[in-house]
Amino acid sequence: MKRIISFIVTVLGLTIIMAVTTPGLLKDVRLGLDLKGGFEILYEAEPLMEGQQVTKEALQETAKSLQKRADALGTTEPEVTPEGTNRIRLKVAGVTDEAEVRKTMKEPANLTFRSNDGCKEGEEFCKIELRGNDFVENGASIAYDQLNQPMIDIKVKDKAKFAEITERLLGQELAIFMDDQLLSAPTVQAVLTDGSAQITGSYTLDEAKQIRDTINLGALPLKLVEKYSQSVGATLGMQSLTKTLQAGLLASVAILLFMIIRYRIPGLLASFALILHTWLLILVFVWADFTLTLPGIAAFILGVGMAVDANIITYERIREEIRTGKSVASAVKAGGKSSLRAIMDSNVTTILVAAVMFAFGTGAVKGFAIVLILEILISIATNVYFSRFLLNLLVRIGWAGKPSHYGVKERDIREL
Amino acid sequence: MSFKNFNYVGKSKIFFIFSIVITVLGLVFLLMRGLNYGVDFRSGSNVDISFKQQLTSEQVQPVLNEIGIGEDASITEGTDRINIRFSDVLSEDQDSKLRSAVQKLDPSATFEVNTVDPEMAKELGRNAIYAVLLSCIGIIIYVSIRFEWRFALAAIVALLHDAFVVVSIFSILGLEVDLTFIIAVLTIIGYSINDTIVIFDRIRENLRFAKIKRRSDLVELVNKSLSQTIGRSIYTALSVFIAALFMLILGGESIRMFSLAICIGLLIGAYSSIFIASPLWLVLKGKNVSNKPQKAVKPNKDKIEI
Repeated sequence: MKRIISFIVTVLGLTIIMAVTTPGLLKDVRLGLDLKGGFEILYEAEPLMEGQQVTKEALQETAKSLQKRADALGTTEPEVTPEGTNRIRLKVAGVTDEAEVRKTMKEPANLTFRSNDGCKEGEEFCKIELRGNDFVENGASIAYDQLNQPMIDIKVKDKAKFAEITERLLGQELAIFMDDQLLSAPTVQAVLTDGSAQITGSYTLDEAKQIRDTINLGALPLKLVEKYSQSVGATLGMQSLTKTLQAGLLASVAILLFMIIRYRIPGLLASFALILHTWLLILVFVWADFTLTLPGIAAFILGVGMAVDANIITYERIREEIRTGKSVASAVKAGGKSSLRAIMDSNVTTILVAAVMFAFGTGAVKGFAIVLILEILISIATNVYFSRFLLNLLVRIGWAGKPSHYGVKERDIREL
Repeated sequence: MSFKNFNYVGKSKIFFIFSIVITVLGLVFLLMRGLNYGVDFRSGSNVDISFKQQLTSEQVQPVLNEIGIGEDASITEGTDRINIRFSDVLSEDQDSKLRSAVQKLDPSATFEVNTVDPEMAKELGRNAIYAVLLSCIGIIIYVSIRFEWRFALAAIVALLHDAFVVVSIFSILGLEVDLTFIIAVLTIIGYSINDTIVIFDRIRENLRFAKIKRRSDLVELVNKSLSQTIGRSIYTALSVFIAALFMLILGGESIRMFSLAICIGLLIGAYSSIFIASPLWLVLKGKNVSNKPQKAVKPNKDKIEI
């Protein structure tokens, strides 16, 4: 009786949990651009001027400035990620004007120091006094004044020019602009003839660092060359998603039907384990915030077939044992035991292959490998141990005690 | 079942020859014709447009000519969609002109534009090949520890055979190879090794209780192991095949080639596990046994190697 209750509670409880949570989970799965539509560009960064090198800092700064520009576009969650030594990947969803995005992104970071010299009424900082390439590369650094207040040291290449500017603008503001965004507007305090200056102000350390990075980036702007771009219309993405999901759903139903017809009661349990397997996989996707892409879905659906393999191996083995004349209970025990090693060895080998793919693959290959590893791990839990637990319960209860429950005909059983 | 007493390894010569012929044929085709690389592997632009109403290439071609990109374009019509391939990368200007011009024909048109520098795809392909070779080393180590080196060698030959045959078939039929194809081949490798190991596990298990005196004992043992696992081999291949087939028929256009590669690979993988990997192990193992005269070997002796 206790076993009947624990079986019913387990199955019913899980069914309810899955039924309640699935719609919400499905909504939370992050979709890749190929499914929700959007725009992806891979840039390769080259130094704007010859003879310079792309440093890690410069790449990161460029990525940051791209991120800012992308955020300014007003699209949802633009993603900018530096890759390797000289690449930056940009992903923007739901873009209506691609040409505009391309244009904004491609321009090198444009650092200017501007003044109000000769500006008309109402115009602010119209005159560009210095440009990014007027500064010494990596010449900006953080220093502290007597009050331990952070300030930024800068170095200019042309001393005479800088002296002229500071003389002309003495007591006026010299504003720092990144692209068209005002970062800071310090006032010129003295005429500076040695080409170096301190920007002081009540900056926090973070603000000071940001200005330093911006000036250094401006001094070494990177040219971005489009290496690869992919653009998927939102409706097209949806089409792919629904079509693939439909295919997956039908395939799953076909596999479940096959399992039930061939293996009867254990087949039913395997089907339940398979549904649980899929639900867990979605759960992990949402929790770990993985992005689901088309190859990912492909791996997902394919993995269902692989998970079912664990059950097929076990059940074929159990049927074999039953046919030799063993009692059902001992056949289940023996079949489970001897099939476990085959399942584990084959799964470990496949995980090994997937792990190498993950370590050495890029982009889509990595995503595929992750899904595959996850699937195998989850399938060991659900389609090996969980379905075995359920089957053992049923055998003890006596609901799965006849050879016919396993799809074995009486006349196939050998006499002992 | 007639599978029960089938002499699987008896015909192994035929299957070896069959596989060698396919491999050589594939090699010839790969060297002569290469692969039909998709836009992922060639520089250029690939434009997929889907419509509410069907547009024909006769309607689209003049539009392309007007923008000045008509000569370079090869147009393929599909249901409710049209594919245009340019061997030169479209400039941003041409891209937006194309969009607005086509949208005049059908305002509901949606676009999928892929532009690529072939370096990226080649790099991914190279990485994939390295990954496969590295995972082979991993398999050799793992299988040698858990089984023995002969199993490892046979499994790897079968695995590389599967990957190569699928690549060959794509070359022979001139099917398009894109980035997802690489993933498909990797999947096939994963499936193939999984499939082979399960059969090897049964051979290993039967070896523990077997008295191997002659080569014919070994043949019998492999046949027995195969007939014991044939049900599983068929049903698993079938269920994964069902999944892949549904994806092929109902899945989106963008994963069609992927699904096709998987479908072919599954069949090849199931075939090679039974008819290549197991007989190959027999050949390797048989060298130990066949030369020895029929002297009484203690049953324990053969256990040790496992």
